[in-house]
Amino acid sequence: MRSVREALAASGRAPLLSVLGVVTIAFSIFAFGLFGLVAINIRKALEQVEQRVEVRAFVSDSTEIESVAAAMKDIGEFPEVLRVDYVSKEQALARARKEMGEFADVFEAGVLPASIEVHLRPGRQDPATVKSVADRVKTYDFIDDVRYGEEWVAKLYSLRTIATVAGIALGVAFAAVAIIIIGATIRMTVLARAKEISIMRLVGATDMFIRLPFLIDGLVKGVCGGLLALVFVWIADRIVNEYVIQTVFFDRQMIFLGIVGGAFMGVLGSLVSVGRHLRRI
Amino acid sequence: MIRLTNVAKEYPRSGVALAQVSFQVKKGEFVFLTGPSGSGKTTILKLLYMDDKPSEGEVWINGVSSKTAKGREISRLRRRIGIVFQDFRLLEDRTAEANVRFALEVTGSPKATIRAKVSRALTQVGLASKATSYPRELSGGEQQRVAIARALINDPFVLIADEPTGNLDERATRGVFQLLRDINASGTAVIMATHDLDLVRRSNYRTIELNHGRLVFDSAESPASARPPEESLELTDASGDYRESI
Repeated sequence: MRSVREALAASGRAPLLSVLGVVTIAFSIFAFGLFGLVAINIRKALEQVEQRVEVRAFVSDSTEIESVAAAMKDIGEFPEVLRVDYVSKEQALARARKEMGEFADVFEAGVLPASIEVHLRPGRQDPATVKSVADRVKTYDFIDDVRYGEEWVAKLYSLRTIATVAGIALGVAFAAVAIIIIGATIRMTVLARAKEISIMRLVGATDMFIRLPFLIDGLVKGVCGGLLALVFVWIADRIVNEYVIQTVFFDRQMIFLGIVGGAFMGVLGSLVSVGRHLRRI
Repeated sequence: MIRLTNVAKEYPRSGVALAQVSFQVKKGEFVFLTGPSGSGKTTILKLLYMDDKPSEGEVWINGVSSKTAKGREISRLRRRIGIVFQDFRLLEDRTAEANVRFALEVTGSPKATIRAKVSRALTQVGLASKATSYPRELSGGEQQRVAIARALINDPFVLIADEPTGNLDERATRGVFQLLRDINASGTAVIMATHDLDLVRRSNYRTIELNHGRLVFDSAESPASARPPEESLELTDASGDYRESI
């Protein structure tokens, strides 16, 4: 309790420094939050595209439906496969006509073959897996041809890899910048109270006793900075939604993690700053 | 109570600060630590309150050894040592009373006893009427008295004073020195580093002199040496009050 009172009293003695500290922390988390928002939206967009990755196997005209059904059952049991659909000649024609719009009449009945559509599980849509599934599907005698947009899948996968690597690198960089800024902000508080700390040590206060108010200060500033950053990111998200494109916002779990992250960075910054200072004096 | 055995201290950049220093201080003794700037006085004091550890040798203080002492034990030891500096080290944004109280609050003293202890300490240093004054409203001598009150608040067995009169005029110096003598008379040992040889010569206290980090003279070891104590100076002014005028 004394540490909480001491932390509040110290903030009260230097209100401007405290407000500046919270705002600085808020802006550094805001930058990280904006990056996070962009990252989850890119990820979501890529996931939507990835869901369209499928293997289409064209069935010979003379094939009996029982053979196709048996093959579909087998294929459905592949660990990579989410779902297998059968598209009859009629369905293929109807779909083609729908997709072609005004050119719908170029297709005549029976011109398009029946096919099996193999949908893959999320996370199993990489080129190697898609090719492996396609090759296995091709082994059935009644399959004339298998298509899965080899080049397109490869491009999509490399785009996803680039987005993941860039996301991790930028995320680490933004987090590092946020930690450094938070550490520097809390260091200002520590330096402003350097004399007080040295007297505390001289009269016999334990290091933990000295640290605790700073840790609480860091925790409170981290949480306040995190909440403020959340408000900033939410406003930015609303503006983008209103004037640019539809986006998804963080879910509750992410918001909670963001605030806990702010608190963690605040405590870590305090721990490092006070620790360094205590070692030096 | 305090024992230094073959103590050496070397700093990576500035080199040897102390070499082969050995002496003891008995309970209730008053000891002057003298010597030119850079002779190692402050280093010895720092070793005594364990702000630093010797590179060689051992410092024993109140049963605590520099070889084994760690965090919490050092903190507990400091609660039994009073420390006073030339620059007072008071918190400018707190009153005299709050500065003294601070030492009790940060060491977890029971709240109920704090007020009485602070009042007693301020009375002991003659500043009961200035309890609500801020350091900027006090003279140098008064600020040093507040610092001494803070050092006395936990009934220390030794008061360590690093040039306590270094920033004071002659009158204030006499007042603060007399206060230290009174504190010593009540049973607290005092170890005082000073440049003020006049002060040293005029009193009969034991004197340890350092030069280039070596102990070159200890009046307890060679009482008949070339530094016989001059006649002790009576430190009262005409009015009989040893405190400087305010």
